[in-house]
Amino acid sequence: MSDSPIEEMNFETAMAELQGVVERLERGEVALDESIKLYERGAALKARCDQKLKEAEEKVAAITLDEAGNPIGTKPAEGL
Amino acid sequence: MSDLIDDPQEGENAPEFTVTEISGAVKRTIEGSFSRVRVRAELGRVSRPRSGHVYLDLKDDKSVLSGVIWKGVASRLATQPEEGLEVVATGRLTTFGGQSKYQMVIEDLAPAGMGALMAMLEKRKQAFAAEGLFDASRKQPLPYLPEVIGVVTSPSGAVIRDILHRLRDRFPRRVLIWPVAVQGQKCAPEVARAIAGFNALTPGGALPRPDLLIVARGGGSVEDLWGFNEEAVVRAAAASDIPLISAVGHETDTTLIDYVSDLRAPTPTAAAEAAVPVRMELMSVIDELGARSGRALRQGIMQRRDRARDLARILPKPEQLVENARQRLDTLSDRLPKALASVRQRRQVALSRISGGLRPTTLQRRLEAERRRSDDLARRLGPALVRGRDRLVQENRRSRENLDVVFARFQRAANSQISDWKTALSGAERMRQTLGYKETLKRGYAVVRGAGQVITQREEAAKHHALEIEFHDGRVNVGETQTAEKTATVTPVMKPKKPKPTDKDQGSLF
Repeated sequence: MSDSPIEEMNFETAMAELQGVVERLERGEVALDESIKLYERGAALKARCDQKLKEAEEKVAAITLDEAGNPIGTKPAEGL
Repeated sequence: MSDLIDDPQEGENAPEFTVTEISGAVKRTIEGSFSRVRVRAELGRVSRPRSGHVYLDLKDDKSVLSGVIWKGVASRLATQPEEGLEVVATGRLTTFGGQSKYQMVIEDLAPAGMGALMAMLEKRKQAFAAEGLFDASRKQPLPYLPEVIGVVTSPSGAVIRDILHRLRDRFPRRVLIWPVAVQGQKCAPEVARAIAGFNALTPGGALPRPDLLIVARGGGSVEDLWGFNEEAVVRAAAASDIPLISAVGHETDTTLIDYVSDLRAPTPTAAAEAAVPVRMELMSVIDELGARSGRALRQGIMQRRDRARDLARILPKPEQLVENARQRLDTLSDRLPKALASVRQRRQVALSRISGGLRPTTLQRRLEAERRRSDDLARRLGPALVRGRDRLVQENRRSRENLDVVFARFQRAANSQISDWKTALSGAERMRQTLGYKETLKRGYAVVRGAGQVITQREEAAKHHALEIEFHDGRVNVGETQTAEKTATVTPVMKPKKPKPTDKDQGSLF
């Protein structure tokens, strides 16, 4: 079990750990106390994954360049 | 016109030119006849001085033609001149009068057909491969779920639309489009700049730095895609710290950026698919994981409850636990006395086996035997003593008898010897008396001595003042010495009547 805060995890890390938690729980080799802790951590990991999945907001912008070709900002990309 | 008089020669009436005039005439002729030509050639030595102009040789197997590309033209050429490249150069011929040279001013340069282009591409590819830019170890893993995706492509057209569409289907993300020309001379520098520009953004800045790049372009001819073969693009892609997916042209088109990118997608759509996972699938996976985790926990608890119940059921009663032990105790306590008796018996047997020889009768028998022997010896002792005594007495008697015999013989021998010795002794005495001078003295002889010495001659006697005369009944001194008178008074001395026999006479008598 990694000790890194779940709130800072990216989706992939959170999902990989959730996978590991589930497998350990299913093997039934952990002690009862431990398995309850594992379950709670799994629930938090799942919430994190759900949150990352909900952040599926589409935002498309095109970079605007100055005459020298340097980026100066963005403008919404329309009609795409 | 005076020249006309001198040495008139054939052809002398032809006009004379100055060098500049003839040079100018040649220039006009050449530039007039070759104001626009296309020359197919292999590029020889290419030099690029600081001025920015490009000087090169166009050659075939027999001839060489100098060429120049002015600075302004060189910068916008689609195909940059490279030594060995087979090209078709478009331009005009001109002369350079100052050096009696002519050259071609090139206004456009194109690879001479597909073969030449592909040969150049292959050559570049090998150079980059030798540098290690294509090594598998340089490939970076793509993020599983990028937050921001940077797309380098044309802002208009089907490509960006395809990418956004597919991203929307799978997993809507933030997308930053860096608009570039995707063909022509501006393509390579703009694409290279876009890749470098995305890398230069700071994470979390006003312009969010992408964590994945897609460089995409739709299908086209080899020349259309050529910009993605350029060194600038290849190097920018290789230098990118952000993982990069290339999707240039159709699946069959391969450009050099495909070799340096971290993933080559066959189409822009495929690039979008590689960029993000499918959200709905992930949601179901996550839901499934959540469900499994709850199930596993419940099941774990249930299993434990069941196991506890099962264990409680099979837990034996306390009496049962003791019963067995009690039975064993009984058996053992039953066997204990027997075991003791058995041990005692075994010991007894062993003891009797050992002490068997130790019975009193054995000792008694032994004693009796000894006594018998001793009695026997005692019985034999008395007679033996008597016999010994008798033998000793007998021996003693025999010895005594022997001794008596020997003693008798000795006595006889001794007596005989003694009488012999007596006879011999008396004979010898008589002989002695007969033969001694004293007996002679009795018959009237005397012995004369002077100073103690026997004197037998007259001369000797004359020497002495006193003489001593011995008779058979004593001695007498004759002479004036007091000593002699005294002696004569003490001892009666006789005068010898005859000279006394000398010692020698006496010795001879014996």
